[in-house]
Amino acid sequence: MRVRARKLAPALPLIKITVIPMHDSKTTIALEVNEEPVEVAFAPHKTLLEVLREDLGLTGTKHGCELGECGTCTVLLDGTPVLSCLVLGLACAGRRVKTVEGMADRGTLHPLQEAFAELGAAQCGYCTPAFLLASEALLAANASPSRDVIKDALAGNLCRCTGYIKIYEAVELAAARMRGEDASPAAESLYGYE
Amino acid sequence: MGTSKKTATERRPSELRVVGRALRKVDATSKVTGATRFADDLFLPRMLYAKLLRSPHPHARIVSIDPSAARSLPGVKAVLTGPDLPIPFGILPVSQDEHALALDKVRFVGDPVAAVAATTEEIATQALDLIRVEYEPLRAFPNAIDAVEHADPAIHDYADAGNIHKLIDLEFGDVDAGFRDADLVREDLFFFEGNTHLPMEQHAAAADWSPPPGGRLTVWSSTQTPHYVHRALAKVLELSPARIRVIACPNGGGFGGKSDPFSHEIVVAKLAMVTGRPIKITLTREEVFYCHRGRHPTLMWVKTGVKQDGAITGMHFKSLLDGGGYGSYGVASTYYTGALQTVTYPVPRYKFQGARAFTNKPPCGPKRGHGTPQPRFALEVHIDKLAEQLRMDPADLRLKHLVPPHSVTANWLRIGTMGLGRCIEKVVSGSDWKRRFKQLPHGQGIGLACSSYITGAGLPIYWNAMPHSGVQLKCDRGGGVTVFCGSTEIGQGSDSILAMIVAEVLGLDPAHIAVVTGDTDLTPVDLGSYSSRVTLMTGNAAIQAAERARDLIAPHVARKLEVPEGRLAFADGRVFDVEQPEHGLGFAEAVHLAEAAEGTVGTVGSYTPPRSPGRYRGAGVGPSPAYSYSACVALVDVDPATGIVRVPKIWIAHDVGRVINAASVMGQIEGSVYMGLGEALMEEMAYRGNRKVVHKIPSLLEYKSPTTLEMCDVVTYVVEDPDPNGPFGAKECGQGPLLPVPPAVANAVYDAVGVRIDEVPITPEKVFKALRRKEKGEEPRFGPTHFPDIPWPEPTRVPPPWEGGDGGAVEGGKGRQRAAEAARP
Repeated sequence: MRVRARKLAPALPLIKITVIPMHDSKTTIALEVNEEPVEVAFAPHKTLLEVLREDLGLTGTKHGCELGECGTCTVLLDGTPVLSCLVLGLACAGRRVKTVEGMADRGTLHPLQEAFAELGAAQCGYCTPAFLLASEALLAANASPSRDVIKDALAGNLCRCTGYIKIYEAVELAAARMRGEDASPAAESLYGYE
Repeated sequence: MGTSKKTATERRPSELRVVGRALRKVDATSKVTGATRFADDLFLPRMLYAKLLRSPHPHARIVSIDPSAARSLPGVKAVLTGPDLPIPFGILPVSQDEHALALDKVRFVGDPVAAVAATTEEIATQALDLIRVEYEPLRAFPNAIDAVEHADPAIHDYADAGNIHKLIDLEFGDVDAGFRDADLVREDLFFFEGNTHLPMEQHAAAADWSPPPGGRLTVWSSTQTPHYVHRALAKVLELSPARIRVIACPNGGGFGGKSDPFSHEIVVAKLAMVTGRPIKITLTREEVFYCHRGRHPTLMWVKTGVKQDGAITGMHFKSLLDGGGYGSYGVASTYYTGALQTVTYPVPRYKFQGARAFTNKPPCGPKRGHGTPQPRFALEVHIDKLAEQLRMDPADLRLKHLVPPHSVTANWLRIGTMGLGRCIEKVVSGSDWKRRFKQLPHGQGIGLACSSYITGAGLPIYWNAMPHSGVQLKCDRGGGVTVFCGSTEIGQGSDSILAMIVAEVLGLDPAHIAVVTGDTDLTPVDLGSYSSRVTLMTGNAAIQAAERARDLIAPHVARKLEVPEGRLAFADGRVFDVEQPEHGLGFAEAVHLAEAAEGTVGTVGSYTPPRSPGRYRGAGVGPSPAYSYSACVALVDVDPATGIVRVPKIWIAHDVGRVINAASVMGQIEGSVYMGLGEALMEEMAYRGNRKVVHKIPSLLEYKSPTTLEMCDVVTYVVEDPDPNGPFGAKECGQGPLLPVPPAVANAVYDAVGVRIDEVPITPEKVFKALRRKEKGEEPRFGPTHFPDIPWPEPTRVPPPWEGGDGGAVEGGKGRQRAAEAARP
């Protein structure tokens, strides 16, 4: 009963390509990345993951399989979490992409980043960018998600370090703070039960 | 998640200011902003890309390789084959049986055969298809029993017997006499399927070579053991280690899977030297499955005698490990399947026989718990069955028979502090065990299991008398301190441990400590992030270095303040007179005084584990400066119609000695429970059973691991029983809490539906088959039924401490154990 990719956007419609370029000749597109307009040239077979990492130098987006199985390469495309390894770069012309590098605001961490750091929800940190972005999309749609809603929203992302528990707690903590509450981690989260 | 007002300081001894707190890790910000540079995040100017051609055959002789077509493909810069790297390597000195590229034979589907460097990954991949390799397929061995039964053709030209790589027979006292003393003797068979680490980061390595006469090689890698990679590169490339720099990038998860020197690391180094250009290789997820080095599939037989009150009178344990195509850590793994049975409940007489077979599958090695989760599963289910026969509550049986603290076991392991009793009490009361065990409705069950794990191994992998861990400290004029240590951050938080410990000793804010790790040019050797050794060993080295810095600075401050040195305290960023705390200096000013008087302020610290009392051959595996303890209760729901097992909740208590970083301890315990749950219910390396021996599912989708939807709730209890050998008393917490989870789940399944699943993973199919057998009145069990005949060697007889003796063998295995056999994670 695998539902890892369920919460992610369905395969995107390919934009109409009028000219099929040569294999190694580059195509240029314009798009918005982390709220800045960007023009980028790349070989047309490249995925959004490859364009971000190799052509735009945004290596915060990671990969775990490049087959759409693990969720590690999740970015936001027009606000929706997508697996960047399954999206063609060409399909992003004129669209809005957000990566982990775009989460902090002028040197201030996003409340999710803050909570992940505080609770140790990032251990090795490799899956963390994807979890942060998937969580951001969740909180944009639902400011007070229950634990079950969080689990469902993050079911498409694998983490091998944390057992997910600190991630749930971090999303809950960030959600509370984003609602304006003066929340801090429970003692049991950081020290265990008495 | 609430708004608890309980602060960190309320939970730790008042004299400690940093140790014990839940601090954010030193790398937390770079991890949440995506700034951390993993190996594949390196892009160097003019960088080439490498790809490996891997064997499509499980066992074959290489007749010929023709790389000429690949070499002439535009964009290809170099092609390597076996003869380009003819020197063998391997993690253990006793099994130097790997080649970077197969020389004359391939031993599993995925064994590297050739390598290409090209200007793009696409061209490198195309070039692989142009390399013509002619193979002569050989009979392949799909499992350990087949390899035990057939010696021909030999997978390797070295082995203890036929295709049996390693044979061990150790005897500590007369077990048969133990069985004669018993009121009840029971035998059981168990099987633990192999599984893999599955780190989210695929292995990657990059290399750069500055040509002669300078001639320096730099290799960046996602490795847990830069020191061993350094040694392997020097050996295979025939290059002085003084000309090689290995940088361990932060690992995107390791779990033991990045602890061996790998083919791809050697190949990129050689390709950088051949092409004169920087080069990178990143393995595909499928290739990560072929690197493997994961849990050995292990068949086990155990026979135990007990008195009416549950006291063990003797135990005989046999294990057969399926090693895969190469040695890896396998000799150590084999010893580990027999080493730690004695450290939880007293075993007065103990016999262990272990065998590891070569087979034609990716090599097995160290995965979280290294060689001990399998026997722990067997032992804890076995004890559950004994308790039932004795009509004892399994929690009470264990509580009545705990290994005493500060004692020596039958196999000569020296136990320090032992908090298992408190762990059991915590999970029993937290889970409401007494009211639930045997009293839940059909389909629901509760099970208990315990375990113990080493906190670092007592001996190094290769024989040497040097420290296992070193730290250098530099005190800056600005008041900051830099810690240099060869340890590797794999997500477990080892960098933060260094910062916290130095901050504690020198009375500084941890934010003022910079940490430089995992770089053979910059940092003193630490043996690596394996065997749960890092907190204890680097922590002790860091304490020594920091205390030396304190001792270096203190006299100058004492002179300036005109107070005796003994009255000085280092705390809150100051150095002051404890009798008049306002009379003092800032730490930076204190450093200025010391530097003016002594010159640059720097110190070193190192750590070597205490000598183990065992003196017999094989005594190198098992000894540890300290043992952690865990107890676990699992609650399960079993659907009798389908056999599907769900685990809603697990209670876990872990004796960590002393908490250094509370948040990291919680993360390690919860992560261990998660990984144990995956092994209990679903994770398995599955191969086609015929002689093709192809991995069925080398992908993240089909290799089942728990998602958020399968992960259970976890109630964690942290027990502190400070061990004199640990830094501030700390013991490990990164591996031990995995061990009790699979047996607790198995015991709970029995409580739920009355069938014994003596095999992990506990899949619906196995539960369903056992339920069908129960319906038909057959033995309500799923598990192995046969342990093959193995040509065991003459036993090494070592009297246990209470029968006299000096820890050495009286018969067989005389002399010191070889350092090579002292390996571990």
